Amino acid sequence: MSAIPGPHRALTASFKRELLVAARARSEFFNPLIFFLSITMFVPLGIAPDAQTLAPIAPGMIWIIALLSVLLSLDRVFQSDFEDGSLEQMVLSGQSLYWIVIAKSLAHWVLTGLPLALLSPILGVMMALPGEGYVALVVSLLFGTGSLCFIGAIGSALTVALRRGGLLLSLIIIPLYVPVLILGSSSVQTAVLGEPYLGQVALLAAIWLLSLMIAPFAAAGSIKISLGT
Amino acid sequence: MNRIEIEQVAFERDDVNLFEDVSATWHQGEIVQLAGKNGCGKTTLMRCIAGIHQPSAGKISWNGHNVSSFDFRSTLLYLGHQVGIKLLMTPMENLLWYFGINGTKSSEESSIPLSRETLLAALTKVGLAAFADVPCFQLSAGQVRRAALARLYCSYAEVWLLDEPFTAIDIAGVEALKGVMEAHAGTGGVIIFTSHQLWDSEAIRVLDLEAYRPKAQDIAL
Repeated sequence: MSAIPGPHRALTASFKRELLVAARARSEFFNPLIFFLSITMFVPLGIAPDAQTLAPIAPGMIWIIALLSVLLSLDRVFQSDFEDGSLEQMVLSGQSLYWIVIAKSLAHWVLTGLPLALLSPILGVMMALPGEGYVALVVSLLFGTGSLCFIGAIGSALTVALRRGGLLLSLIIIPLYVPVLILGSSSVQTAVLGEPYLGQVALLAAIWLLSLMIAPFAAAGSIKISLGT
Repeated sequence: MNRIEIEQVAFERDDVNLFEDVSATWHQGEIVQLAGKNGCGKTTLMRCIAGIHQPSAGKISWNGHNVSSFDFRSTLLYLGHQVGIKLLMTPMENLLWYFGINGTKSSEESSIPLSRETLLAALTKVGLAAFADVPCFQLSAGQVRRAALARLYCSYAEVWLLDEPFTAIDIAGVEALKGVMEAHAGTGGVIIFTSHQLWDSEAIRVLDLEAYRPKAQDIAL
């Protein structure tokens, strides 16, 4: 039995690598953001540009689009590593896959969820979101997209060995996304009404912590099953 | 003494055994070649030994431990068909990542991060010194495989599982690779590799998977 690098070193090595790959493949990184921006642009054009129509649907709409953008980027999380054999190397390195999945999901969040949350105020303006809702929007999206990325890693890991796993991935993951969507859009709506929204945000943060702890276990198990078949 | 034991292993695919009753014991210092026609299960047996696939019967163990245990993985270097090189990264970055999660797997010293110089020396040995900082998608297929083979020069893992290590490597490269493998076996390592190339050497033990084809299959046909 020999020593292998500690989990913290495996985590930083994996995280750095994800950012490096993303920096080299910039179009993949911008894809969900462009999707997010363009749909938010289409909604006022397609429905009505006036504030009376847009303001009531803005919180839910922005949240739905953010959720779909994350969903769109999910199938790539483990796919290329599976195809070039890196995933095997991760499993056989002797490292606990738990930490490697955390590193990958965290990088996925930094590259999709975080920019979405930071961009959301601009979209709020386009959707005529009332001024009271902005803080709630950004905070709920920060925690919410975090949960979406970690929960999504399970589906991504389960379907990685399938050639066309996209549809199955959506079917597996969408039900798990429902609570996050409900709490997220309701926190923004409550904030718009001027009522306390901390309850929903606290629940979102709780879901985020829970998914951070549990989802990597499930994803690590799924990867082992996917590779073994 | 380190050993890999394979006991009556069979692997079933689509209700038919790919191979069955494979038994062997390999000790440290041995180089084993898995041979056989295309599709006879060389890669599958290799992946069973690595602990990725579960054999449908029998068991494979390393010093008495299961091959999917930490005891085995912390001393394993596996080179698959897909070598695990990210084409978007340079050979150097790929090695930094690989050793970042694997370490040198040395049993003596605790795992110290490898310096750039050490990795560059390994890349020089596989003839990639000039390409250390060139993205791998600009390299040829053989060069990409060489970048993966550079791991062999830095790793102290006792067990090497090499699936088709000679693919896309030129004649001089193959000779160098054979030298590294012999040196590793000489220092007490175990090497299992698959290849269609003949390697005439007394040190090589050959396991021909053709001998383990299920007999019942022929009757059914």
